[in-house]
Amino acid sequence: MNRREAVQHIALLLGGAMVGSSALLTGCKTETGKPTEWKPEDIAYLDEIADTILPTTGTPGAKAAQVGQFMTVMVNDCYEERDQKVFREGMDKLNALAKDKHDNVFVQLTPQQRHELLVALDAEQKDYAGKKKPEDPAHYFRMMKELTLLGYFTSEIGSTQARRHIPVPGSYKGCVPYQKGEKAYT
Amino acid sequence: MATNVYDAIVVGSGISGGWAAKELCEKGLKTIMLERGRDVKHVKDYVSANKELWQFPHRGGRTQQMIEDYPVLKRDYPLNEMNLDFWVNEKESPYTETKRFDWFRGYHVGGRSLTWGRQSYRFSDLDFEANAKEGIGVDWPIRYKDIAPWYSYAEKFAGVSGNRDGLPQLPDGDFQPPMELNCVEKDVADRIKAHWKGQRLLTIGRTANITQPLTGRTNCQYRNKCWLGCPFGAYFSTQSSTLPAAEKTGNLTLRPWSIVKEIIYDKDTGLAKGVRIVDAQDNKTYDYFAKVIFLNASAMNSTWVLMNSATDIWPDGLGSSSGELGHNLMDHHFRLGASGRAEGYDDKYYYGRRPNGIYIPRFQNVGSDKRDYLRGFGYQGSASRQGWNRDVAEMAIGGDFKDALGEPGPWTMGITAFGEILPYHENRISLDKTKKDKWGLPVLAIDATIRENEEKMRKDMTGEAVAMLEAAGLKDVKPFDNTYYMGQGIHEMGTARMGRDPKTSVLNGNNQVWDAPNVFLTDGACMTSAACVNPSLTYMALTARAADYAVKELKKGTFDKVRLQA
Repeated sequence: MNRREAVQHIALLLGGAMVGSSALLTGCKTETGKPTEWKPEDIAYLDEIADTILPTTGTPGAKAAQVGQFMTVMVNDCYEERDQKVFREGMDKLNALAKDKHDNVFVQLTPQQRHELLVALDAEQKDYAGKKKPEDPAHYFRMMKELTLLGYFTSEIGSTQARRHIPVPGSYKGCVPYQKGEKAYT
Repeated sequence: MATNVYDAIVVGSGISGGWAAKELCEKGLKTIMLERGRDVKHVKDYVSANKELWQFPHRGGRTQQMIEDYPVLKRDYPLNEMNLDFWVNEKESPYTETKRFDWFRGYHVGGRSLTWGRQSYRFSDLDFEANAKEGIGVDWPIRYKDIAPWYSYAEKFAGVSGNRDGLPQLPDGDFQPPMELNCVEKDVADRIKAHWKGQRLLTIGRTANITQPLTGRTNCQYRNKCWLGCPFGAYFSTQSSTLPAAEKTGNLTLRPWSIVKEIIYDKDTGLAKGVRIVDAQDNKTYDYFAKVIFLNASAMNSTWVLMNSATDIWPDGLGSSSGELGHNLMDHHFRLGASGRAEGYDDKYYYGRRPNGIYIPRFQNVGSDKRDYLRGFGYQGSASRQGWNRDVAEMAIGGDFKDALGEPGPWTMGITAFGEILPYHENRISLDKTKKDKWGLPVLAIDATIRENEEKMRKDMTGEAVAMLEAAGLKDVKPFDNTYYMGQGIHEMGTARMGRDPKTSVLNGNNQVWDAPNVFLTDGACMTSAACVNPSLTYMALTARAADYAVKELKKGTFDKVRLQA
């Protein structure tokens, strides 16, 4: 990261500002959240959400990259209190939705059921993002998706398997051929 | 000789302090370099330099605790988990913002030479003559010919890579081979050149990252992790470059944890005889004596030292007889420009993480070009393929989404303008004696803002950015303006300007304090105007030049009457 990159790409994710980043950049006073307790089943639940967003394909998915655990660290340490609440309540809302549709909690659903549920939820969060006032909190699924992408693609698996990571490139070549399907460099 | 007597004292260990120490030591002077913060050893203390992103619990981000602890740093990109130890502890060292001023400081050996952006450009006579021609501030006491050989000297030692472009407003230097433009940047460069018939130019950034090895330093390995400290010594910093050169002479003493609180002025001789420090660890006061003193504490802190010196003679401090000490604070204004998409390059990519971008030199108010404001701006930017954090419009979640994000995205290119701020007498710093730092020392109050000339320029900065990217064939070109606050350029300049007349300037043409000619000030404080280019290379050149002059004067006996005792 440097200034040249920062001014153009600061905290951008999925075509918008990352949760919490607008307050950081304007220097608003935010309420610091208190760390909450996370049970192993919370982390297992978040792992399943993450793995539905980014499942195993030719490369391991988000669960293998321990994204559930990562989400709890980020929500505890980096989210302000209001957003922590939205995130926690969102976990309950998602289970309520699962029960309503399929009579079972999220982790008990089939992969296909999970996928369909989260596709619908992603449409909902995109719709909400377009309508909400800037000061309103983000949709809980936006938070989950953001943290999943961040957690996965910056993990060792996401860097070295889902992408190509060369710790010491040694040279710079400004123009090399690329074929569709080749992975991105970190 | 008492242990606290030296030939020369250097206050500060950043870019200019490191240069002062190197030059003075190499010319045979026993020199003590005083640094207010902790030591940072080359390589050994770059604690994050070899870590991968996944080894950081928040992947380099910022926690709520960090946001609470760093109320200023949090306002922009520098607050991050990876190099927090390269930024000042704000609770220990507060300051007063009469108007918002984002002051991003590094209080440790090496200062901001460890975290700087490394872009290295020469000023030209367009810059040195501007104040006199336009009746702004005071005239620079030097011209390009005075500093040109020192630019060469600084570039060769620091190692600046870049292209020779033959522009009068951005003189070529003694460069190492340039880094490459990527495919999109190359085509954009060609189209801009064709569209404006050579009157505008896009070139590779001139950067203090070496492309060929230098003594004790390996050429750039393209990791783009410079601001964590480079284990290869591939970019210029005090640690990689000037400090080893100074140490090699055997003439250097480096004393960390040394907060210089004042220069000891001897009114009988009209010269300074040393400095008084507070040891940041034991809180005791110590005096050091020397015939030559270099002030390189960073722009505003060097002025702070002067404001606290010789107050029995001048209540507003050493150098205040001009009425200009603390005034004419400058920075570069930026955070606006444009970006767009480049089509037709899906089969092109790049290899390596280049720690450098493109540069579009100033073209406004150059030659026959005339604008409705004074001075001008340049653009920095780059083209790249988007990463995993992009939006994929037609995809929500799932395996295809994941695999798509693992491939490089569409090409985009963005450029950000960096513009000159005029030296306004009203933009100033002063002592706030009602507020004290951890060591009981008064803090600075900063009262500065951009004004009409900069506001007019800003309209042009986005307008021209859009025009150029569109002329270069980019699609969906959109302007952006993330608003700018003074300080965010991290190019603090002025507050103790050079000039030709002691009545209107603090320093003369050799960077000597008019009121104490054995005190040399060669950091950003000395700047008479800001130009629109990154200023550090100019500090290096001015420092080497002033050190050369200082040693010649010392050898002539000019400072012989200094009394080296309490």
